[in-house]
Amino acid sequence: MSSIISVANLSKTYGSGFKALKNVNLDIKRGEIFALLGPNGAGKTTLISIICGIANPSEGKVLVGGENIQTSYRKARSLIGLVPQELHTDAFESVWATVSFSRGLFGKPKNPDHIEKVLKDLSLWDKKDNTLRQLSGGMKRRVLIAKALSHEPEILFLDEPTAGVDVTLRKDMWRVVEQLRESGVTIILTTHYIEEAEEIADRVGVINGGKLLLVEEKAALMAKLGRKQLILELAEPLDKLPEHFAGNGLSLEQGGTRLVYNFDAHNEQESIAALLTRLSADNIHFKDLSTRQSSLEDIFVALVGGAK
Amino acid sequence: MNIEAIKSIYFFEMARTRRTLLQSVVSPVISTSLYFIVFGAAVGSRIQTVEGVSYGAFITPGLIMLTLLGQCISNGSFGIYFPKFTGTIYEVLSAPVAMTEILLGYVGAAATKGLLIGLIILLTANAFVEVRIEHPFMMILFFLLTAITFSLFGFMIGIWAGNFEQLNLIPMLVVPPLTFLGGSFYSINMLPPFWQAVSHFNPVLYLVSGFRWSFYGIADVNPLISLSMITLFLAICLGTLGWMFKTGYRLRN
Repeated sequence: MSSIISVANLSKTYGSGFKALKNVNLDIKRGEIFALLGPNGAGKTTLISIICGIANPSEGKVLVGGENIQTSYRKARSLIGLVPQELHTDAFESVWATVSFSRGLFGKPKNPDHIEKVLKDLSLWDKKDNTLRQLSGGMKRRVLIAKALSHEPEILFLDEPTAGVDVTLRKDMWRVVEQLRESGVTIILTTHYIEEAEEIADRVGVINGGKLLLVEEKAALMAKLGRKQLILELAEPLDKLPEHFAGNGLSLEQGGTRLVYNFDAHNEQESIAALLTRLSADNIHFKDLSTRQSSLEDIFVALVGGAK
Repeated sequence: MNIEAIKSIYFFEMARTRRTLLQSVVSPVISTSLYFIVFGAAVGSRIQTVEGVSYGAFITPGLIMLTLLGQCISNGSFGIYFPKFTGTIYEVLSAPVAMTEILLGYVGAAATKGLLIGLIILLTANAFVEVRIEHPFMMILFFLLTAITFSLFGFMIGIWAGNFEQLNLIPMLVVPPLTFLGGSFYSINMLPPFWQAVSHFNPVLYLVSGFRWSFYGIADVNPLISLSMITLFLAICLGTLGWMFKTGYRLRN
């Protein structure tokens, strides 16, 4: 797959001297859903702002759809729809007017049918004549998404789209995202909610302190860094582990009634089978067994924590 | 050229004017009427004519300039400052539009609104005094150039301003003294020589004088000098804005 966004050696230093981005290199594939994870102040919004043309880069080059965002900004920006993190809206405008305004701003001729479709998809149709100040926070978020989709972008940026959003809207939003992906739109989202990235993204990038720590296929990342845990509830408590079991990630818990085994995800099959055989040979029996896989969140915490 | 974007910004801004019709249109008409009552009736009963023109008619071009400057600066600055304040500027900055197109949209709307209010004041004045226009072409030229220049100036203030106080600083504190002391209500020939000389450092003098000349053929300074001065202001504004856009000053940093 070809890259629709290509970021090379990108750095950003603000006037205050704060280095928000340090030599970031990133390629986004056409049609994928890419999740950018990172704690507050990691540089997620700065990165998005530069790609979208809101902030000037200090160093480096960004191509969007093969077009340089600085020298060929018209072509580059017309491909992008941006949903910002903050609920920036014109309080006194109607929903219809503000969404139509966005389309015009991106140089597209009027198309009431498209605006109608976008508003209906986001359950905003019955609010189209309301002014924005009459809307709740969740509704404003929908309006911002509608504005971003008003000019039929090929790339959609969602900056913290689910911050402070209720379950209904979240579901609506992921449904829209899914539809967009099916129609070939590339989606880049930032989020604090790692479960979301885990559920929806194809690839995950982790950014912290202005540096891109890693970019991986989500599945590969989970497999590579994911830890698994096997928990055995023993039939009879053990005082201590037999010596030949010591080490190797095994430990006794809960007063000897639980045996916990930590292992890497990529050699699981062999290890578990071997361990169980050995236990059985030693007459150690168990009444229940469960396994737990570390989530993207655990991986993330480990990475970001480790980078400090 | 992204014509759709220019149209969008222009009509968006004009829609804002429609929503605030009372404040935008009615208030300048009332204040102008007050000027006519106070200056025209009270002062005019003592001065009667200035260089052969009745006092009420004499102050009309100055009054139009007074309102035009104030309106263009505040519309031009508010138009770009408000999105900065609410944060909606992100959309304009991320859109495939050149800064010149953004400028055309915002400044075009600010100037249009200023011109409309200027026309309304001209009509209001006509109800109080007899206004004649000797050089209609030059009158329109001065009118247009002033509206555009000061809308640009307002736009610059809007980009520069970091809060509402800074936004109002120049329209409230700088423009009124300059207009009042720039010969809106008198001919500087009435002043002692020293203050006549000082007045020549006031840019508004050139605007008012040139504009009044297009009405009655009387001027404090040569109308060609007036025209050159306003062209110079226009060039300074365009140059400064060009620099602001190139460096991303307070917008893209």
